[in-house]
Amino acid sequence: MARHTLEQKLAILSDAAKYDASCASSGGQKRDSRDGVGLGSNTGSGICHAYTPDGRCISLLKILMTNFCIYDCAYCVNRVSSNTTRARFSPEEVVSLTLEFYRRNYIEGLFLSSGIIRSPDDTMADMVRIAKSLREEHHFRGYIHLKTIPDADPALIEQAGLYADRLSINIELPTDAAVGQYAPEKSPDQIRRAMADVRLKREERKERSHTGKRPPRFAPAGQSTQMIVGADGADDTTILGTSTRLYSSYGLRRVYYSAFSPIPDASSTLPLIRPPLMREHRLYQADWLLRFYGFELPEIASATKGGHLDLDIDPKLAWALANRHRFPVDVNRADRELLLRIPGVGTKSVGRILSARRNRALRYEDLRRMGVNLKQGKDFLTCLDWRPRHLEVQDLRARFAPPPEQLQLI
Amino acid sequence: MRSVVLPKIGTWEAFRDAARGLLAAGLPPEEVLWHHGEVGADLFAEGAPPPTAAPVTVPRTYVDLVRKVIWHRDPERFARAYGLLWALQGNRTLLRDRGDARVDRLERMAKEVSRDRHKMTAFLRFREIGAKDAPRRSFAAWFEPSHFILEPVSPFFTNRFGDMDWAIFTPDLSARFEGGTLSLHPPEPRPDLPQDGAEDLWRTYFRNIFNPARLKPQAMQSEMPRKYWKNLPEASLIPGLIAGAQAHAQAMAEAAPTLPPRRAAPITTRLQKARADVPLPEADSPEALAAELAACRRCPLWCNATQAVAGEGPREARLMIVGEQPGDQEDLAGRPFVGPAGQLFDKVSARAGLGREQAWVTNAVKHFKFTPRGKRRLHQRPNGGEISHCRWWLEREIDLVKPDLIVAMGATALESLTGDGRAVASRRGRVEQTYSGILVVVTTHPSYLLRLPQEARPDAEQLFESDLATAAALLRGEGALPPPAVGGLPRDI
Repeated sequence: MARHTLEQKLAILSDAAKYDASCASSGGQKRDSRDGVGLGSNTGSGICHAYTPDGRCISLLKILMTNFCIYDCAYCVNRVSSNTTRARFSPEEVVSLTLEFYRRNYIEGLFLSSGIIRSPDDTMADMVRIAKSLREEHHFRGYIHLKTIPDADPALIEQAGLYADRLSINIELPTDAAVGQYAPEKSPDQIRRAMADVRLKREERKERSHTGKRPPRFAPAGQSTQMIVGADGADDTTILGTSTRLYSSYGLRRVYYSAFSPIPDASSTLPLIRPPLMREHRLYQADWLLRFYGFELPEIASATKGGHLDLDIDPKLAWALANRHRFPVDVNRADRELLLRIPGVGTKSVGRILSARRNRALRYEDLRRMGVNLKQGKDFLTCLDWRPRHLEVQDLRARFAPPPEQLQLI
Repeated sequence: MRSVVLPKIGTWEAFRDAARGLLAAGLPPEEVLWHHGEVGADLFAEGAPPPTAAPVTVPRTYVDLVRKVIWHRDPERFARAYGLLWALQGNRTLLRDRGDARVDRLERMAKEVSRDRHKMTAFLRFREIGAKDAPRRSFAAWFEPSHFILEPVSPFFTNRFGDMDWAIFTPDLSARFEGGTLSLHPPEPRPDLPQDGAEDLWRTYFRNIFNPARLKPQAMQSEMPRKYWKNLPEASLIPGLIAGAQAHAQAMAEAAPTLPPRRAAPITTRLQKARADVPLPEADSPEALAAELAACRRCPLWCNATQAVAGEGPREARLMIVGEQPGDQEDLAGRPFVGPAGQLFDKVSARAGLGREQAWVTNAVKHFKFTPRGKRRLHQRPNGGEISHCRWWLEREIDLVKPDLIVAMGATALESLTGDGRAVASRRGRVEQTYSGILVVVTTHPSYLLRLPQEARPDAEQLFESDLATAAALLRGEGALPPPAVGGLPRDI
C-alpha cells in the first residue's frame, strides 16, 4: 500500500466522514481554560465555524480514524466491497490535527468515527485512546463526539462516555428489515440495546452517591443517531414512528435524517438518486412539531399523502389546512397549546404573545414585530384588527404551494 | 441640552453611570446628546451630571438588553436605550411587550449584536506568529466585525485559549492576551500576519467534507454572509467547489458499479464464520431459553421494545415470582424487576423473609408494552391475547425451574398462571393453583403500591408484606394450606 501524507489522509478520511449529518457541538458541561493549563472551552451552545456550499455547517473536525472496514453496508462508501482509497490515521495524527485546528479557531472539537477494523472492540479501544489522550495528556476542554460501535464491549463504551461530550450510534435505516437487507452485519437489536445502555449509564451517573458526591458525568451532551432517508422504501410516517420510538425510549437529543446521497463507487444494489433534500427538510420540520409543538404522530400522519409529507408546504401548514375547523385562532385568547398550532407562529413568538397580552390586546402589527410569519399565519388567526378572509376558500393550499413547475423539453 | 461622551473602552460602565446620573437629575431623553469616543474626554464634565449614589432600579431584562445594544454601530443606540429607561419609569412592564415599537427596535439591535458576536467567535481565524515550541505559543488574527463587539466578546477568547498568547485586531479596537492577562488597546493598522501551514490542511478538510451531491449555496450564504469571506482562508475555495459540484455528482452517478476488490470476499467469509462459531448455549438451560426468547415474534409487542426480558435466578429455586411485564428500566437493562417497582419488591420481600436471590424472578409478558409520549414511555397493560401468547414462555420457565410455589403479583400474572385475571383485590392473600397444580400465592403488583396516594400506601404495603410472608411460611412448610379452590379457578367471594 502506498504511504499517504498527512494531507492525503485528511482528504481521504474527511471525504469518508461527510455522509454523517451530525455536526452539533451543543450541550455538555461548561468548561474553560482560564487556568492557563489546558486548551479549550465549552459554553453549552455550539458554534458553526464554517459552512460548505452544501449548506451544512462545520463545527467539528469530522473524520474517520480509518476507512478500512470489514462490514459491507450497501449505502456506505467505506464498505468492504468498495474500491475507495483506504487510509488510516495514527492516534497522534488525529490528536495533533484536532489541537492545531482548534488553536486557530477552525473548530469546536473532534467528531471521531471509524470503519470497523479487526474487531469492534479493537476499533473502539483505539478511538477511546485518542479521546483519552486529548483529555488527559493535552488537557483539551473542547467538544468530543465519538461514534460508538454498538457491538463493542460495554466497558469500552463506559470509558468513551467519560471522555466524550456526546456519543452516537447510528440506527442507519428506518426499519429493521431495511437494516437486514442493506447492512447485513449490523443488528438493529444490538444497536437499540447499546442506546439503552448509554441512557442507563447517563442516568446512573446523574445520581449522587451516598456521600453526596457527584460521579463524573457520562456523555453530558447526550446521545444522537442518524437515519438514512430515501435508500429503502419506508414512508415518512414510518420514519417518524421510528424517531418517536427512539426519542421516548433512549432520551436521544437528536435524530438526524440524512437524505441518501450518491457515493463514489456505489453498490449495484442501491440505485443512485438525487438526494431527496426537500423530503429531509420536511422530516426535520415534522420532528420539531413532535418535540416542541405538542403534535402527536397520528396528527402528522393524518395530513400526509399515503404516508408521505407534502413536499410543497410544511407539515404544520398541511395539518392546519386539513383541520380548518379548528381555525381561526384568536391570538388574544387562545392558550399556548393552541397558539403553537397556528402556521407561521413559532415557539418564540408564542412566548412573546403570551407575555405581551397580559397588558393589552394585540394587533396585526404587533404580531409582525413579534416575529410571526404572517404570510403563513394570517389566514388562520384573528386579533384586534384582523379577521382572515380566505379560510373558507376551497383551494386554500394553492395560495401557499409554489406554482407547479413547467415541464421542460430537453 | 446635555452632552454625554462615552469612551470606546468601558462603554457599558460609562453609559450605566451617565444614565443613572441623568435619570436622577430628571433629564428627559430629548435633553441629552450622546457621543461615542470621538469627542475629547474633557467635554465629559460639562454635560453629564455627576453619577449618583442613589441606586436606580430597573428590570433585569433591561440590563441584559442594553448591555448588548450599546455595542451596536447605530449612532442612536444610546439615545434609544436611555429613552427606554425613561419610559420604563412610567411603565415597569413595558419590556414584556415585544409589540411595542421602542422595545422592538432595541430587541432587534440586540439581536444584531448577538449575531455579530456569535459570528466573530465562529469566523475569526488565528495564525501562528511565534515559535511552535515556545512555552506559550502565540497567535494573532484580524477581524472586521459589523459592530463594536471586541470588548464584550473578548472573554470568550480568554476562556477558550487560556494556554496561549493571542492578539485580535479590528478596525475599532485591539485586544491582547499575554501571560494570562487581557488588555484592550486603540486600533492599530492591519498587521501583515505570516503564512500558517495549518491553513492548507484546513482547506483540504473544507474541500473534502463538502458533499457535491447536495449543493445548497443559499443555505451556506445565509449563515456565512459574503462580508466575512475576505478574512476566511477557506472561502477562496467556494466558487470552485460550486462550479465543479454538478460535474462531480454527475460523474458519481454515471460511474458503473465496480467489482469488489479481491480482499473483500475473504473478509466477509471470515466475519460470517466467526459469528457462526459462537458456541450455542447448552440445551434446556436458562441461557438457551433466553436466546430463543430474544427472537420471539409471537405477538407484535417486540416491535417497539428494546429486548425481551427473560426471568433470572437460581435454576433450582423453589420459589418463582411472577410480575406483569418489564417496565421502562427493565426494558433498557434487559433484566426483570430492576426499576422502581422492583426496588420496592426487594425491600418488602426482604422484610417478609423472602430472599429474592433464592427465587426465580420473571414476568407474565416478556416485552415492554408502552405508548411513546415525548421523552417518556407510558406503560400500557398487556391485553388477553398478548398474555396468552406469552404464557408459552412462562410455562417453559416453570418447566425449567420446577418451583414448589409461585407468587403471582397483579392481575396479569394471575391471569397467565390461573386463567382468571379478575379482581386481585378480593383474592390477594389466598392460595390458588396453576393449571398444572402448582400453588400460587396471590398478591398485588408492587407498581400498584407506587401509584397509591401517600396516605393509603403504608396499609397496602403491610398487606403486600403479609402476602409475601404467607409465601415464605408455605415454603418453610409452616402454616396450614388453605383449601385449594375448586377446579383451580376460584370465584370471587
